[in-house]
Amino acid sequence: MEILMSILIGFLFMAAVYLILSRSLLRIIIGTGLLSHGTHLLLITMGGLNGKAAPVLTDGVTDYVDPIPQALILTAIVISFGVTAFSLVLAYRTYKELGTDNMELMKGTEDND
Amino acid sequence: MFFPKKVKAQRITVMIGLLLALTSTIALLIKVKSDGVQTLTLGSWAPPFGITMVSDMLSVLLVTSSLIIALFVVWYSFTSIGEDREKAFYYPAIMFMLTGVNGAFTTGDIFNMFVFFEVLLMSSYVLIVLGGEKGQLRESIKYILVNIVSSSLFVITVGYLYSVVGTLNMADISIKLAEIGQAGIITVIAVLFLIVFGIKGAIFPLFFWLPGSYAAPPMPILTLFGALLTKVGVYAIIRTYTLFFTTDIGFTHELLMIISIITIIAGCIGALAYFDVKQIIIYNIVIAVGVILFGASIMNENGMLGSMFYLIHDILIKGALFLLIGIVIKITGTSDLRKMGGLMKRYPTLAWSYLVAAFGLAGIPPLSGFLGKLLIVQGGIEDGHIWQSIFILASSLVVLLSVIRIFIYAFWGEEKVVQEISPKTYRHLLAPTICLVVITVLYGVGSEFVVPFMKDATTVLLDPAVYTDAVFKGVK
Repeated sequence: MEILMSILIGFLFMAAVYLILSRSLLRIIIGTGLLSHGTHLLLITMGGLNGKAAPVLTDGVTDYVDPIPQALILTAIVISFGVTAFSLVLAYRTYKELGTDNMELMKGTEDND
Repeated sequence: MFFPKKVKAQRITVMIGLLLALTSTIALLIKVKSDGVQTLTLGSWAPPFGITMVSDMLSVLLVTSSLIIALFVVWYSFTSIGEDREKAFYYPAIMFMLTGVNGAFTTGDIFNMFVFFEVLLMSSYVLIVLGGEKGQLRESIKYILVNIVSSSLFVITVGYLYSVVGTLNMADISIKLAEIGQAGIITVIAVLFLIVFGIKGAIFPLFFWLPGSYAAPPMPILTLFGALLTKVGVYAIIRTYTLFFTTDIGFTHELLMIISIITIIAGCIGALAYFDVKQIIIYNIVIAVGVILFGASIMNENGMLGSMFYLIHDILIKGALFLLIGIVIKITGTSDLRKMGGLMKRYPTLAWSYLVAAFGLAGIPPLSGFLGKLLIVQGGIEDGHIWQSIFILASSLVVLLSVIRIFIYAFWGEEKVVQEISPKTYRHLLAPTICLVVITVLYGVGSEFVVPFMKDATTVLLDPAVYTDAVFKGVK
């Protein structure tokens, strides 16, 4: 199971890097979305996927899943959701204001102002 | 936040808030001085299960100086930021950023630190784009993308660390890592942490985003960013490299030292290359980051003490310098040095306070930069890093040259076209700036008084046991 997850995470990272390196702003933002998905999967895999029961502590329960990665992934999802929403709105405003979504044309030189 | 259109009410609220925060921090400072490291476990979950907030001397000093900077920047923005921005939630964004900054300084839980980083990044996104000018939009897109990638990397690193040690509490991680010793994976994690915090703290190959993004927003925001945001990254590097990765410092700390020297060189080149006042001071941030990290990478008492001294000094002096050149830009209407000149005659107070701040930055005794640099160099020589120490000394000359160049171009020479700003505005801008310069001078002249505080901070950094014992006090 962990091996399968590693391959999936690697694939997501690969796709994310490819998209982030492209010129179009929208593709870059989709790339960051994929990057955070890969990160979240990695986070949940790091705790181990072997637990069988829910982490409710009563007598006699020995094999339960590690709850911390789940708490972490929840926090990370919320944060990345907020950041993605913000960057989408910002990309829209930038497109409206600058008239382009091409990163090549957004270089920080004076004649691009 | 509750009355976006009533600027006056907002101003009063934010001032009261900052003053209250400053008072309580100073109370905490005194408490930490007398009773040692203070901890607070949220929800009374005993460590290592709950989130712990830890105030050792280093973090409480950083919190205090960040609040001082924020106080003066807010005072300064009353006259300089403009009502449009004030109505667009400028003050709430600043307060949120302070929450993030101070939280990151104080937290004792590595994932919680990520959350606080996100809080401060989110509000810095808002601040950098507030106003929506073309240049701001263009630069903030890049700033956000860089930070999203580095945040993802942060989560990945925390995931790795968790899978190795099985805990997130920083004190607990320190104990567990000391038991494990330096396995290969630990070195990987250490370098990943260096990359993550290096992007935030602008070390050598990773500072590429800094000059563009920081030059875009208006002056008070730039001041806050320049004084505080990079220092959060620096703090995080110092914290992780003194608390976690201490068992085998051969590779990681050597790497940190080499990178800090290259950072200094890169910063020096940038500071001399530009004729834009903003860029010159921004590259001085990069130099300062290098100097602080060099001191921290030596890991002996003098180096660490100097690092602490220089860290606080740099927060204060960068704040003062940015506010000063903010006034210069306001008067001349340009940030290009070649179009300025002869401000000395009409604005002597500004000129003299700039000169004092510039000398303080370069470290001319008895001003504040001197003692920190002296101690760092002393520590470096004690540890046999002669060449690196000479680089630090030489960088002081470059810093002096770069800031004196601003002085010569802007304040001497014949008078050039000057925008008329009313004396009242000038006075209102000058008041907080002068106060901040006076604080930096006092920090330098009264260093005798500051040394015991710095010594306490250094003790915790050099001996992780002090930190971990304080966190687990009463549990074990």
